[in-house]
Amino acid sequence: MTQATPKLLCRDVWKVFGPRAAERLAALGPDPDAAALQAAGLVPAVRGATLAVGAGEIFVIMGLSGSGKSTLVRCMSRLVEPSAGEILFNGQNLLAASDAEMIEIRRHKMGMVFQHFALLPHLSVLENVAFPLAVQGVARGVREARAREMVALVGLSGREGAFPRELSGGQQQRVGIARSLAVEPELWFLDEPFSALDPLIRREMQDEFIRLQSVLKKTIVFITHDFDEAIRLADRIAIMKDGAIVQMGTPEEIVLRPATDYVREFTRAVPKAKVVRVGSIMIAGPAAADLPAVAAGAAVADVAPRFLDGATALRVVDAAGATVGLLRQVDVVRLMLGGEPG
Amino acid sequence: MNPPAPLPRRGAPWAVALVAALALWLIWMLAPLLPGWASDWPKAAIVPAARWIGATVKWLTNEAALGPVAFSDLTRAIAALIDAPYRIVLSALSTGFLDGRGSTARMILPPFAWVAVVGVFALLGHRFGGWRLALLQILCLGFVAVFGQWESAMVTLASILVAVPLGVAGGVLIGIAAWRRAWIDRAIAPVLDLMQTMPVFAYLVPILILFGFGPTAAVVATLIYAMPPMTRITTLALRRVAPEIQDLGRMVGCTERQMVWRVLVPAAREALMVGVNQVIMLSLNMVIIASMIGAGGLGFDVLAALRRLDFGAGLEAGFAIVALAIALDRLSQAAAHGPAAPGAGRSYTLAALALVIGAGVAGLMLPGVQSYPEALRLSTGAFWSDAMAWINVNYFDTLEAIKNAALVHLLVPVKRFMLGLPWLGVAVGLGLLGWRLGGARLGVLAGVLTALIAATGQWEKAMTTVYLCGVSTLVAMALGVPLGIAVAGREALWRPVRAVIDTLQTLPSFVYLMPAVMLFRVGDFTAMLAVVAYAVAPAIRYTVLGLQGVDPRLIEAGRAMGCTPAQILTRIRLRLAFPEILLGLNQTIMFALSMLVITALVGTRDLGQEVYIALTKADPGRGLVAGLAVAFIAIVADRLIQAGARGARARLGLGAGGGA
Ligand SMILES: Nc1ncnc2c1ncn2[C@@H]1O[C@H](COP(=O)(O)OP(=O)(O)OP(=O)(O)O)[C@@H](O)[C@H]1O
Ligand SMILES: [Mg+2]
Repeated sequence: MTQATPKLLCRDVWKVFGPRAAERLAALGPDPDAAALQAAGLVPAVRGATLAVGAGEIFVIMGLSGSGKSTLVRCMSRLVEPSAGEILFNGQNLLAASDAEMIEIRRHKMGMVFQHFALLPHLSVLENVAFPLAVQGVARGVREARAREMVALVGLSGREGAFPRELSGGQQQRVGIARSLAVEPELWFLDEPFSALDPLIRREMQDEFIRLQSVLKKTIVFITHDFDEAIRLADRIAIMKDGAIVQMGTPEEIVLRPATDYVREFTRAVPKAKVVRVGSIMIAGPAAADLPAVAAGAAVADVAPRFLDGATALRVVDAAGATVGLLRQVDVVRLMLGGEPG
Repeated sequence: MNPPAPLPRRGAPWAVALVAALALWLIWMLAPLLPGWASDWPKAAIVPAARWIGATVKWLTNEAALGPVAFSDLTRAIAALIDAPYRIVLSALSTGFLDGRGSTARMILPPFAWVAVVGVFALLGHRFGGWRLALLQILCLGFVAVFGQWESAMVTLASILVAVPLGVAGGVLIGIAAWRRAWIDRAIAPVLDLMQTMPVFAYLVPILILFGFGPTAAVVATLIYAMPPMTRITTLALRRVAPEIQDLGRMVGCTERQMVWRVLVPAAREALMVGVNQVIMLSLNMVIIASMIGAGGLGFDVLAALRRLDFGAGLEAGFAIVALAIALDRLSQAAAHGPAAPGAGRSYTLAALALVIGAGVAGLMLPGVQSYPEALRLSTGAFWSDAMAWINVNYFDTLEAIKNAALVHLLVPVKRFMLGLPWLGVAVGLGLLGWRLGGARLGVLAGVLTALIAATGQWEKAMTTVYLCGVSTLVAMALGVPLGIAVAGREALWRPVRAVIDTLQTLPSFVYLMPAVMLFRVGDFTAMLAVVAYAVAPAIRYTVLGLQGVDPRLIEAGRAMGCTPAQILTRIRLRLAFPEILLGLNQTIMFALSMLVITALVGTRDLGQEVYIALTKADPGRGLVAGLAVAFIAIVADRLIQAGARGARARLGLGAGGGA
């Protein structure tokens, strides 16, 4: 999953709020606990976050309100200055970058989508989408052509001349997405992009997002407080609580092996069969060649109907078609009834 | 509701008021027993602040220099900077573009035709508010033309058109600087406070000396008067821009300049436009007052009419001011809420251009298009004069009786009481009150400012101001609060009342003097009437806002407990609205003070008169010292009442917000 050099690497990132925060944090030594921080008059927002995001990966940060997700992602783009730690983007230390370098990086390599859209009210849809390019001084003709492409990409063709207040929430966020993509960023931040939308629209926007990513293959840091959304979209998930990352892994790993009770609480309502892949609960080894074949990468829920024909086991094959294991009906039933896999 | 927070050192409002009243009475009773210096500041010890200021201004104008640049060069440069655009605008609106000077001047280009000006206002009205606003603009400006006030109105409009862009630009720039750097914010906050509480006449004097008599000085005064609110509003508006929008600006890589001008200022546009509306209305108010230092225009007409007691002429000019005020206010308010048809700006510009040129050409052949035909003018001046004469002939005794009754039973006793108060007692009393309400700092501030007024030898005049202001405020509250109670919660009543007080508040303060003087001639009673008329609006407004803000569930609870309507009003609604009503009292006092100074024109004997005399004698020291004394009175009243309101809110568990 994570390649040799990850696109983005956070190493032991801390962010505490309070007067002279960085100094006081340093004085407390490595890994101070909550009581020590409070005694020093500091409010911790992010505590020792370490993570790596690989190129082309959708990395989701999940946690309840106030758990520090926004602060962490704002550290990654240096919208807030981390109190301690290291952030490497393409191997370059962002915390050592000058203001001018940061402006260049943000202009050309980063894009961000905001929870409440952050559209400029005085600009039309087209001008909003072209805004990042206008800031760079790109000529009007060029930037508007590019903006038109982006508007078409998010399915808003024909609304270029509208103003934000004339659009619905979902449409506004499409504009926000188009705008963040206008500069062709390498790294794409989305901070709870769909939280302000109602459930039906949210679902639709998630599908749209999946479609876009299948075309664009960006490196994505996606924030949400909605575990279902995380499961749906993520290649990998980091779960935050009180500023610290409590577990990190693929949706499947998290659903199958929650690290703490806190995480288990989230996974409880998730239909596991939809997340867990056949490969995870098969018995590795040979299988009779006459059994029906299923792919190791498929979700268990998708292959379960095959047992309706009366089979008690299925043959699992990898992408190349070679047999890799055996999927037993009992294991599937146990998973679907909510038990931990044997 | 939250449990009432324990508030050390702070008493209940009624208890504080009672104790204060008792203390005041005690001070008055004890005054004869005090040593002489405690009631009248000894003559020998008076701080000659007026002389110092006078000398400083003289030094500034005659000698001060920074290297080779004399201070007078600086003022001359500023004057030139303002004069150039003013000449152009005035030529375009009123005099026409001339070649040569004086009687040999030849007109190269006539001014805009009156039809064109009305048309441009109508176009603007249509752009921002549709047909209704366009019609209103035509009515208002047409009114000005029909009643023969066009020339004066255009002179006034020229000053406004120059002052407003400069005031807005200056306010926005200073506001941005204050938003960016905390130390600038801290440095200008007290200056803004002072400028907003200082009576306008006070800085007319130094401006008169630095810039001479004329429209330029008037525009400078207008700028100084109208800039502080714009500065405040800018800083606030930028602070209120959603943090996400700021993040957006940084994420797309804005430089600091791009951030301000392409992200924050446009995002704060609506709030900033509210500021522009304020600047326009304050400018209009000030341009009228500044006719005393040569602004000319409608203000001059009113002033001249007042001086020759020609009420008909004065009223006509007054109505024209009202029409202009309504036109400008509605237009800028509509502009603040965004154009009705966004993005159609170009066609409007073209239409306006076509109108100006077309009307100009047509005007060459048809003089009636160029300037409103003399023959069609209406004059109501004679009518008003006759009406006044009739009232005075038939009701003189009644009016006189009303006036005398008010004087004998209210004004004179209060005045005598106030003038009998020793400065030391009042300073100590206010100090203690401040300490009770808001802690040691407030106490020291109240005591020291009071003592300073005495120390500059203005105690008697200041107490006259306080007495007039106090009585007027009392009357305004006595009228405004019951009226507010009556209309609150009755939307059908409140809507027309609100429309009336909204309009009253847009009127320049000068206008209020007219009818009062006409009926009651000069004197304290007349001043009080004008002040009450001007200051009653906030009393009504805040009462209604306060009552409307009461949580309906609490009223419901009261009803469930079997309270009678009267009990619900006094025990629940008024009690919870009390902090808001206190803020209304505060605003009423501020309005009363600012109007009071203007009533110096109708012969009061207070600090306002002092400033006015200083203005006619061009004595900057005397004017500023008296002006500062008024500002001190305003600041002490403001801080004490605000502290009281905060205390009351906290006691009621209403949180920290509220007020304007
Ligand atoms: N500027 C600040 N000053 C002080 N404390 C802050 C600041 N910004 C955030 N915090 C605190 O840091 C913690 C984490 O905030 P953050 O906004 O990162 O949470 P979040 O996970 O994004 O929550 P949400 O889902 O509500 O957006 C919170 O307790 C918050 O109060
Ligand atoms: Mg957040």
